[in-house]
Amino acid sequence: MSEDKELLKDGKRIDGRAKDELRDMEAEAGILKRADGSGYFRMGGTEVIASVFGPRELHPKHKQKPQRGIIQCRYNLAPFSVDDRKRPGPSRRGKEIGKVAEGALSSIVFLEEFPTATIDVYMEVISADAGTRCVALNAGAIALADAGIPMKGLISSCAAGKIEDTPVLDLKGEEDKDGQVDLPIAMNIETGEITLLQMDGMTDIDEMDKMLDLAIDGCEKVAEKQREALMETFGDKK
Amino acid sequence: MGKKLVEDKSNVLPGDVIAEGDILSGRGTYKENGKVKSKVLGVARTKKNRMRVIPLSGGYIPQEGDNVIGKISGIGPSHWWVELDSPYDGYLSLAEGSDEFIDLDETELSDVYDIGDMIYTEVIKVTSEKDVKLSMQDRICKKLTGGRIIRISPSKVPRLIGKGGSMVEMIKDRTDSRIIIGQNGIVWVNGGDEDLAVEAVKTVDERGHERGLTDKVEKILDKR
Repeated sequence: MSEDKELLKDGKRIDGRAKDELRDMEAEAGILKRADGSGYFRMGGTEVIASVFGPRELHPKHKQKPQRGIIQCRYNLAPFSVDDRKRPGPSRRGKEIGKVAEGALSSIVFLEEFPTATIDVYMEVISADAGTRCVALNAGAIALADAGIPMKGLISSCAAGKIEDTPVLDLKGEEDKDGQVDLPIAMNIETGEITLLQMDGMTDIDEMDKMLDLAIDGCEKVAEKQREALMETFGDKK
Repeated sequence: MGKKLVEDKSNVLPGDVIAEGDILSGRGTYKENGKVKSKVLGVARTKKNRMRVIPLSGGYIPQEGDNVIGKISGIGPSHWWVELDSPYDGYLSLAEGSDEFIDLDETELSDVYDIGDMIYTEVIKVTSEKDVKLSMQDRICKKLTGGRIIRISPSKVPRLIGKGGSMVEMIKDRTDSRIIIGQNGIVWVNGGDEDLAVEAVKTVDERGHERGLTDKVEKILDKR
């Protein structure tokens, strides 16, 4: 952890945000024509395009589950998404995030309606500035709804963290790099179920609680944005 | 007594609470803790004591009694496999495939339906593992020869059919085309002004969720 950069000044952060403020967000549904469903989500400098295909037949066959369908997620950082060029292709990190995203999304989809089938979610990070897995999940949830997949609700996600011993919401690149804790969560706002919780760094229970509260409030705002985007797909009806 | 929380025809998202208490949950909804919630992105419909949500998009999942259009994709010793544009292929047995007796020593199954043939068929059984059994016994079922195949979103099929078949009848009437619609979103158009009929069908697919759809389709048909 380097101390040369001042991350907090007079209660404001490097980009002028308050401690409990999210970066500006943008969301859109149905941006890709050839996919069954698609979504775009942006938080500050992090942008993700997600596409959903299916439910469709699952190959190889040994992966099929006779009683329920499965979700397969792919998380990928585009080569141009980061400061230095990212070597394209699967990576340990990408696979792991895909795996946790599968878990986060599986819990809200009525998978028992699609035995043996798969729903594929492709999340392409086109610009990365911390919190990519959260933004990817937000875009993924929009894409799933846009594809007409039966779900219990939406998954909304954002991160909280700790910089200079202060809990803050939604870290951006520099804060993530020089901060102490990064705590991304994903949840269903309606039911309050948390479907993803990861943490990087060190903290104690009290701070953890504070960060969680911040993140849950953040998720609520994210959910509103997702809602707006999906409502627009109804077009000029009404 | 239950309470409906949204108006008829309002737009809902997955997870939205649309009714609570003693109200039945129909297609596109689920019940949780005494609340009826929407399962899909779509339009809520209230009917007496039941809530439904008509999805805006989504694929086709076979259901018993559906009439669908499928493509023969494989031939077995005494059955055909039929692609239905769904995660599950249909199984058409020899007994269900034809009214006439077929002597397997004399005829090849491919003489009846060959790979690539399109058939209009009925789903007669769907098991819990989603094994789909098809039948050609119904007299409306047949092999489709000639014409064109277009694919629309299965969620728009009810709009294309219209109330009591009004929409499709209008298109048929104005274009002199024969049109067969599969519940799985595959549409067969043959004869008459095919181009115009296809355009009309595609319009329903693209603008199916908008109001005043009939007028818009009528406008296109008037071009002739």
